[in-house]
Amino acid sequence: MVKLGFSIGDLQFKNPVLTASGTFGYGSEFDDFMDVSLLGGIIVKGTTLEPREGNLYPRMAETPSGILNAVGLQNKGIDYFEKQIYPRISTYNTNVIVNINGSYIDDYVALAERINRLEKIPAIELNISCPNVKMGGMAFGTSLNSAREVTRAVRNVYSKKLIVKLSPNVTNIVEFALAVEEEGADSVSLINTLLGMSVDVRNMKPALSTITGGLSGPAIKPVAVRMVWQVAKAVRIPVIGIGGILNTDDALEFLLAGASAIQVGTASFIDPQASIKLLEGIEKFLTARGFSDIKEIVGYINK
Amino acid sequence: MAKRIESLKILENKRLNNEYFTLELSGNDTIPEMKPGQFAQVKVEGSPETFLRRPISIHDIDPQKNSFKLLIQIAGKGTETLSKLRMGDYLNIIYPLGNSFSLPKNGQKPLLAGGGCGIAPLLFMARYLNNHGFEPVILLGFRNKERIIEYEEYLDLGEVFLTTEDGSRGERGFLTDHPALKSLHYDMVYCCGPDPMMKAVASLCSERGITCEVSLENLMGCGIGACLCCVVDTVRGNLCTCTDGPVFNIKELKW
Ligand SMILES: Cc1cc2nc3c(=O)[nH]c(=O)nc-3n(C[C@H](O)[C@H](O)[C@H](O)COP(=O)(O)OP(=O)(O)OC[C@H]3O[C@@H](n4cnc5c(N)ncnc54)[C@H](O)[C@@H]3O)c2cc1C
Ligand SMILES: Cc1cc2nc3c(=O)[nH]c(=O)nc-3n(C[C@H](O)[C@H](O)[C@H](O)COP(=O)(O)O)c2cc1C
Ligand code: FES
Repeated sequence: MVKLGFSIGDLQFKNPVLTASGTFGYGSEFDDFMDVSLLGGIIVKGTTLEPREGNLYPRMAETPSGILNAVGLQNKGIDYFEKQIYPRISTYNTNVIVNINGSYIDDYVALAERINRLEKIPAIELNISCPNVKMGGMAFGTSLNSAREVTRAVRNVYSKKLIVKLSPNVTNIVEFALAVEEEGADSVSLINTLLGMSVDVRNMKPALSTITGGLSGPAIKPVAVRMVWQVAKAVRIPVIGIGGILNTDDALEFLLAGASAIQVGTASFIDPQASIKLLEGIEKFLTARGFSDIKEIVGYINK
Repeated sequence: MAKRIESLKILENKRLNNEYFTLELSGNDTIPEMKPGQFAQVKVEGSPETFLRRPISIHDIDPQKNSFKLLIQIAGKGTETLSKLRMGDYLNIIYPLGNSFSLPKNGQKPLLAGGGCGIAPLLFMARYLNNHGFEPVILLGFRNKERIIEYEEYLDLGEVFLTTEDGSRGERGFLTDHPALKSLHYDMVYCCGPDPMMKAVASLCSERGITCEVSLENLMGCGIGACLCCVVDTVRGNLCTCTDGPVFNIKELKW
């Protein structure tokens, strides 16, 4: 038996395959297709203090090997999450992590305090990298000072595991990773979507209602692998790799480059079983190559 | 009804004209129970530009043959690729997805209004109505006589009226100009087609206080309620076309 587990501090994950926020709903959308509890963890939809309607339709455009989205954090707010969603998802036998978002630092703090009280949520993912909201979001993740401040403020009130999700829309992502590590982040996840744009030539107007949006899917994978490699070399905390992972080889690229775990995003839209399939694939690869523990291949290319 | 992801065998790819074709699909397992208005997310293999699945309505089912059909209009790269599939090829689909049209109340007269590729879910609906003892009025609109498809299929299922924009067959003009809409009696309208057509039918129905359900064709990311890309603005806030729809009562829509 190959050991597949990884940990963030004392928080154990049974395997390194998680699902990315905003691409896996609350998990139950996938119940017909797989046993969600087999995953290492699920990161639920971006959650805010107040309900949000998100941006106007159209919010999605297909581009070569990817999609642009401008959903804009549509969600029913933390009250709804706590009352309606939490009781249901806390029955999954895996780590359920909430992705939190705000316009102001106080929003993040208030959310973190609320979620700290939810016994079955062992970690939060601090999203300072959403490109699709007018206030907050990526603004926190593209200024070093703001990234520090929001991480510090949340760290002060949140006692469980704090994962900070980094934006790729910066010149030097390593600086951001080091900054949030210094402020007490237990892990970093990267990358969120790349700011992009597409024009509908037939109608001669922008493809998205917001004009710009976030690019995800295989198109961003090489950028993501590069950033994960750079960050993993620089920080001591575990790095979670995200960006364009469709299959086993994609996931292995991230692990070999230094990620301790990965998140599957857009791929779940095309194949709802993508995450579970590549988990099996990783195990097969390790067995075939004679490894007994996944840790042996994390950052292998640097060895 | 549990959703499935399956590779189904193509029994037939039938070309209707230069724009439309039907795919008849079957699998080893018994096909699930499906209702008119529901759709499938169809995988298009082998092109990075058609990365996402394509939503396509269930067009007709044949329980005896354990098969069902999709009616597809070639609209771009994805549907073009699908049009080249051959008998014996496999198609990977996620289905059945979404809600369905509701049945009229006992004694009510239904009217089906479909334009262009919007007729896709209506053949199934017409059959379904028949099976439940309703005989619908069927109003079909096409651009010209060359583009008329599957007209004959409807003849056994109800009273059929036809419009073409150029008047080359049936009544001239848009579907909403057809005199049958004004002269006939009906209590419930089911509509699918291009947005302007559905909006015209919807406003006609609201003026006359007739219940109307439309089937929307919003762009979709996942088709299963996970991405929130397919939303439509309703009196209940943003709803997902893929899970709360694709069929909506016009009273819900902010049209
Ligand atoms: C619930 C639902 C049911 C549908 N049922 C059918 C059906 O039974 N038969 C059928 O032929 N089509 C149906 N459609 C529309 C079909 O999904 C699109 O025509 C198809 O995705 C286009 O793919 P493509 O790669 O060929 O075109 P693309 O290259 O992606 O696009 C070509 C053109 O079609 C437009 N387009 C793309 N997607 C859609 C869409 N979802 N709705 C309207 N226009 C679109 C694009 O804006 C572009 O102008 C349905 C859509 C939905 C949401
Ligand atoms: C439709 C959609 C919605 C998303 N919503 C969120 C979100 O709420 N919070 C977040 O941190 N990231 C969100 N993301 C970003 C993903 O979690 C992920 O970082 C990104 O898509 C890159 O991974 P991928 O290429 O595997 O999809 C969203 C992405 C998509 C496509
Ligand atoms: S298409 Fe993804 S939620 Fe409807």
